[in-house]
Amino acid sequence: MGERVAIIGAGQTPHRSRRLDVSAPELIDEAVQAALADAGLEPDGIDAIVVGNMEHFEGIHLSDLWAVEGTGGVGKPHLKIATGGTTGSSLAQAAYYLVAGGMFPTVLAVGWERLSDSEGETTTGIVTAFDPIYERPTLAGAVSGLAVMACQYQARTGVRAEEAALVVVQARENAARNPHAHLSKAVTVPEVLASPLLSSPLRYLDMCPTSDGACAVVFTSRPGARRAAWVRGVASRHNHTLLGDVAEGAHDYINTLEQAAADAYGQAGIRDPRREFDVVEMYEPCTWAALEWAESLGLAPRGHAAALWADGTARRDGDLPINPSGGVLCANPIGATGLVRVAEASAQVRAAAGPLQVDGVRTALVTGFGGSFWSEVMILGSEA
Amino acid sequence: MSDLKAPIAVRCTPELVYNYAAGRYGSLFLQGLKEGRILASRCRRCARTLVPPRLACTGCFGAMEDAVELEPRGELLAFTLVAFPFLDPFTGIQRPIPYCYGMVRFAGADNTFQYFLSEKDPAKLRVGQPVRAVFRAAAERVGEMADLLYFEPGIGG
Repeated sequence: MGERVAIIGAGQTPHRSRRLDVSAPELIDEAVQAALADAGLEPDGIDAIVVGNMEHFEGIHLSDLWAVEGTGGVGKPHLKIATGGTTGSSLAQAAYYLVAGGMFPTVLAVGWERLSDSEGETTTGIVTAFDPIYERPTLAGAVSGLAVMACQYQARTGVRAEEAALVVVQARENAARNPHAHLSKAVTVPEVLASPLLSSPLRYLDMCPTSDGACAVVFTSRPGARRAAWVRGVASRHNHTLLGDVAEGAHDYINTLEQAAADAYGQAGIRDPRREFDVVEMYEPCTWAALEWAESLGLAPRGHAAALWADGTARRDGDLPINPSGGVLCANPIGATGLVRVAEASAQVRAAAGPLQVDGVRTALVTGFGGSFWSEVMILGSEA
Repeated sequence: MSDLKAPIAVRCTPELVYNYAAGRYGSLFLQGLKEGRILASRCRRCARTLVPPRLACTGCFGAMEDAVELEPRGELLAFTLVAFPFLDPFTGIQRPIPYCYGMVRFAGADNTFQYFLSEKDPAKLRVGQPVRAVFRAAAERVGEMADLLYFEPGIGG
């Protein structure tokens, strides 16, 4: 058993479609300064930094070189992590491991992305992440990859598009309270169903946006008297290279999430996730994913997650609030997105979530999604 | 610093060319397409059969030593109609839309294979539908993925 690790501060930029007013390091600096202020630390209180984005969106390689002016990492250990959509959650896990292992007392995790720099061609960038010979000719990025998953989920469960649409209706309601959210305008189920088809069955309003933004989170083994969210479970499960291998088990598309959750629940002693979590910050890149993955996490029986949104359970004032921040459906600076989930959940546990605060949060569940449907899970608690 | 009145973005349009090695297993598969055949690899340890063929078994990480030929038919396990515009990284211009692709399990395979479908109306497709692989005319095949045109609904579909 390593050092106990606490999150003592987090900071985010506002996430927007285009932050032309700042360069990449200036954007990163906004989040870093906010995290240091939240933690009550000066820059010399940070012993090491992990930083990441999804490089090809900006066409920048060696992005850690570019980022350092914003991270404050000159003269410090400064490691880059890039795992696609999970970059942000991997940053959190790496920071945790560095602190838990006793190598550094205090580590800053920094995730960022400027998706507008590629003139909105996020799909082009994601396509290049996949096998150039077998799957690039057909793949239309995360949109079509998730559409295939949604097709299978629909065929298996009979869940209808209007049920899935409730996920984004609630997300936008929550985002209206979140100053960092990119999209906070209310939407209705008929508007979701009438929005343009992207990749069947996914429509425009079923899918997350592409955003510019950054996030930073402080992990430490020495929280002192600061308000702390303790890391109680950490798990990661990678997946195959080809989506054709991922999709072979049509009954359970994202078994990596089920595996990671089982591992993390075991570490934290979670036996009944539906009852024991007070809030969930889930990486839901589309409405349909929120449904299937709530089931993978054991929050609802197979095929029945839509009820969480239909009966109000997932609302911010419900029995199991899911994404009171508005989630990925309302802000998606990809390299930061997973870390934003950690930032939001830690703020809930620290009772520092301001207008987003859910009453009485003691235990929070965080997930990350990326690549060929690989998964990461982190559990935070008010006690070590 | 004073308030920014006129933010500036600097445009950059590089052209980058890559040549990806298909490798031992990929070259075998693409040569098979040129001959109008679907080749798979089979694991001696756990008997899994995978398309395209590859070095490592997805079930047990064993070396896949044996190549086997599969019938050019299978079952459609998922599909999507891609309807939104985006730049194709192969060409640098917009990929033609709409198009349909799906995940097909070849008869005798354990995994699925992601490829184009001939049908462009998702209402006419269903999970579980039989499909068959359609190749280019033999004289036009060159040993590339495009030698396989698409899957089309097969007998019983």
